[in-house]
Amino acid sequence: MMNSSYSKVIKNRYTKRDYQAFLYLAPWILGMVILQIYPFICSFYYSFTNYQISSSPIWCGFSNYIYLFTKDNEFWKSVKVTVVYTLYTVPGKLVMALAVAMFLNRNIKGINLIRTLYYIPSLFGGSVAVSVLWKALFIDNGVINAILSSLSLPNIQFWGNPDYALKTICLLEIWQFGSSMVMFLAALKQVPISLYEAASMDGANKLQNFLHITLPQITPIIFFNLIMQTIQALQNFTSAFVITKGGPIKSTYVLGMKLYKEGFSYFKMGYASAISWAIFVMIVAVTLLLFRSSSIWVHYDDEDSF
Amino acid sequence: MQSKKKLKLMNSIWTYTLIIIIGVILLYPIIWMFFAAFKENDEIFGSTKLLATHYSLKNFIEGYQGSGVLTYTTYFWNTFKLVVPVTAFTMVSSTLVAYGFARFRFPFKKLLFSMLIATMMLPNAVIIIPRYTLFAKFGWIDTYMPFYSLAILACYPFFVFMLVQFLRGIPRELDESAYIDGCGTFRTLMQIILPLMKPALFSAALFQFMWTYNDYFNSLIFINSGKKYTVSLALRLSLDSESVVNWGKIMATSFIVVLPLILLFFMAQKYFVEGIATSGLKG
Repeated sequence: MMNSSYSKVIKNRYTKRDYQAFLYLAPWILGMVILQIYPFICSFYYSFTNYQISSSPIWCGFSNYIYLFTKDNEFWKSVKVTVVYTLYTVPGKLVMALAVAMFLNRNIKGINLIRTLYYIPSLFGGSVAVSVLWKALFIDNGVINAILSSLSLPNIQFWGNPDYALKTICLLEIWQFGSSMVMFLAALKQVPISLYEAASMDGANKLQNFLHITLPQITPIIFFNLIMQTIQALQNFTSAFVITKGGPIKSTYVLGMKLYKEGFSYFKMGYASAISWAIFVMIVAVTLLLFRSSSIWVHYDDEDSF
Repeated sequence: MQSKKKLKLMNSIWTYTLIIIIGVILLYPIIWMFFAAFKENDEIFGSTKLLATHYSLKNFIEGYQGSGVLTYTTYFWNTFKLVVPVTAFTMVSSTLVAYGFARFRFPFKKLLFSMLIATMMLPNAVIIIPRYTLFAKFGWIDTYMPFYSLAILACYPFFVFMLVQFLRGIPRELDESAYIDGCGTFRTLMQIILPLMKPALFSAALFQFMWTYNDYFNSLIFINSGKKYTVSLALRLSLDSESVVNWGKIMATSFIVVLPLILLFFMAQKYFVEGIATSGLKG
């Protein structure tokens, strides 16, 4: 009895053992300060300077941003390309992943093998090898056009035509829906069967089951995917850089490429920092919007899971 | 009864047909890449044929020789020197930090944990320029130090978060009783916690390996001399260095580059797929 009231008193104080936590956290705290927070603040500062790699940063006020927003036509073009890219790939990938996961979520023999095989495209992520492969597949006289010909469909200049180049790059990303699909499949397995049993007693049909039970139950995982994939998509670089180098007529010139060109080809670090902050503001805006909207459509069973 | 059975059979035939169609669409590009590696340009283009007419290793051998001066032996060795330490360092540092978060009560814990979540969503694009200038000041450009330092200092918050979540699922009674028995915190970690963490660590290591292996943007920025090139950088170089691209050779080289990942995947596919399924890893 004495003992328990004593422990209650010291509960709010930290013991020597507790402070050992900082020993374990030390590498991360150091890394966060030096390699994450410092660069973050620094890039904000650089964006107000005319910093070039050879000279030290000199304050120039808003001139980078003014030039970027009013004089640099490439920038707005890049913003548009990046937004279109994100709007195609993120929903495209998630809808594909969800549709296939729903389809596979039944008693199927060999489900593990199927899951594994469908995952394979995701293995190569944003690698150069897969971009090179995509370029070869969709090249003017390549195999995709040969298939179109054999179906007596007109050939398409996938890389030469600005109307198609970006969409073909989006297709590469959507092709890699396997990893999201595996997550959705796992989430679908977690939906309690009792919910469906109760619904079937009430005479619910398949569509009602999907809309009122399945979908709400897996919204947290959809939300998580949506956030992470959007952040990634807004920074896309490799596929556009390797396959089309941003062309034709800048139709695939995503913001990631613009940032790379200004920062690491022309070494205009100040200007590139302003671009990076434009990307950051876009990401924050979209993320906040998604978080705000989440209270309407994301369903949590246990409110205090965090 | 009979018709019901028939319906069920029809249903499963449809299901498997669709599964096979989706599978073929998904895997065709990779299978095509493999066969294209045996072909000459005129056989690759304008034809829907999958199989090659002749099978010789010519494209593979020529592709592997790279620029002639530097072969893919160098590039693979470089990639190995980059990816393996990065993976190992990330696992060690993330384990320590995750242990700190999951098993201790300390001041500012909530704040620090929200910082961890915030850095998880901090885009690489916004910090890459000051990181570059910082590493340039350290004289680390054109070395693998930028990659190592990020791994040693646990700058991959995703893995820390994943391991914290995993540790929360391990009952505290286990390590608390060890602590009462006079076991120090580090010994508790090494002897009690670590063995239980093995599957999660293995999944995390596979993903870090895969992402670092595939990464192009950071290698492009931090590494600039040919003899330090990783396979991604070398592959991009071989695509651009020829005026008339020999696609058979490029496909052979690409295939050689993705082969280690495919092999690793099939050896450890359980950990890949389970890893995503249980921890919400993006791929």
